[in-house]
Amino acid sequence: MSKRIFMQQDAILNIIQGMARLTRRHLQERNIPDPAMIGIHTGGVWIAQRLHQLLDIEPPLGQLDISFYRDDFTRIGMNPQVKPSQISFEVEDRHIILVDDVIQSGRTIRAAMNEIFDFGRPASITLVSLIERSGRELPIQPDIMGLEPPLGDKEHIRLLGPDPLVLEISGRRDEREAS
Amino acid sequence: MNSQIRQTDSQGRLRHFLSIEGFRREQLEQILDTAESFAMLPGRQVKKVPLLRGKIITNLFFENSTRTRTTFELAAKLLSADVINFNVNVSATAKGETLLDTLRNIEAMHSDMFVVRHQASGAAHFIARHAAPGVSVINAGDGRHAHPTQAMLDMFTIRRHKGDFTPLRVAIVGDIQHSRVARSQIMALNTLGVSEVRVIAPRTLLPAEARTLGVHVYHNLEQGLEDVDVIIMLRLQKERMEHALLPSEHEYFQLYGLTTERLRRAGPDAIVMHPGPINRGVEIASEVADGPQSVILQQVSYGIAVRMAVMSMALGATAGEAPS
Repeated sequence: MSKRIFMQQDAILNIIQGMARLTRRHLQERNIPDPAMIGIHTGGVWIAQRLHQLLDIEPPLGQLDISFYRDDFTRIGMNPQVKPSQISFEVEDRHIILVDDVIQSGRTIRAAMNEIFDFGRPASITLVSLIERSGRELPIQPDIMGLEPPLGDKEHIRLLGPDPLVLEISGRRDEREAS
Repeated sequence: MNSQIRQTDSQGRLRHFLSIEGFRREQLEQILDTAESFAMLPGRQVKKVPLLRGKIITNLFFENSTRTRTTFELAAKLLSADVINFNVNVSATAKGETLLDTLRNIEAMHSDMFVVRHQASGAAHFIARHAAPGVSVINAGDGRHAHPTQAMLDMFTIRRHKGDFTPLRVAIVGDIQHSRVARSQIMALNTLGVSEVRVIAPRTLLPAEARTLGVHVYHNLEQGLEDVDVIIMLRLQKERMEHALLPSEHEYFQLYGLTTERLRRAGPDAIVMHPGPINRGVEIASEVADGPQSVILQQVSYGIAVRMAVMSMALGATAGEAPS
């Protein structure tokens, strides 16, 4: 399978800066003064760590591993690298910023929202994603996204990290896309 | 006891959990790591995860054990599975039904997993051999053979308090001869690479093959406890007294009871464990059981997380693609 580097650390950090600006504006428009942030393992946590710092958010960054909430568990079994979810702040009535690296089918975000609700009922959830790509299977869209790279149906994009952050594309472009 | 039943699939993933035997260190560590994630659940508002929603788990207990059955039941419910409890000793087999007939009848209820406790060694293997394909079997204690989830919850407790297994000296004290827990513990401790496993017991409560299990044998409690990091006390099963293996409970406590004074022989940060139920004043003094070095109650709550890990790993798929 072919692999190529799509973007290096500096360019990714620039995009995250832009996402931080958009998120700040979004919070002002919605009149949300004290949000809390949660990153989804593993790439979402790397993005969230940087956004959390840039936005100067007070509650400690929460981390979600959605392994126990996947709807494909009976097909793929237990993730051997499952990490505990850690949310040390009160979720009840809190405005949450949920961060992931790539949104594609929307199933990860659905699972993450289900898990967040098991910690408490948030006042709202704002979804932030570094990459938005085609292939949605559920009606879930990010409120803020970094970029939308032109990808073929058979291409996959993946964030490697945490230091440096690198975006890698694997798989081959299908003929329709290549032509 | 070494049956043909494979406990893992072709990719090394858990299918049954019948014995610690045959597992590699990294496989046992994966169970502990998964349990670690489940151990975080009590801090949440909703203490359940939807992982096994739609699965049916049957507790098949041919021998009474309220504590073990309850922790398996709670573990299954926290995974959102539906649970059926069968106390078989008071139902079908008491009316003359064979083990296989009982199994077939319960299988017709479309169980995905049997959790089996039986007084005969090898019963869980027998059920795993005859269960329908795709049905997982967890051994919740069979005769004198094995009690692998109890051993794993003990390993979880040790790792939580001590971190690394490698430098540890661990002493197992008491009725080794009749203890399925001890056999599983010794196997797990050796697989996880502890520095030294000691067993401390009177000669009458020690199996003849004890020295072949990879342990150091002591008959003197004071000597055996010298500088150990972990002390696992075993329950002295009072019913064994009928067989004249011991003169009396009182004498046993005099020689093998864990007292505050004897505990001082162990390392200063040594932890005291016991699979329960404890016989106060027989194998352990009350002030030790309730003392600062005791982790006996924590073992119970860790047992739920470990059983959740084993159940969810065994009911995961046997093949499939990587998550996207």
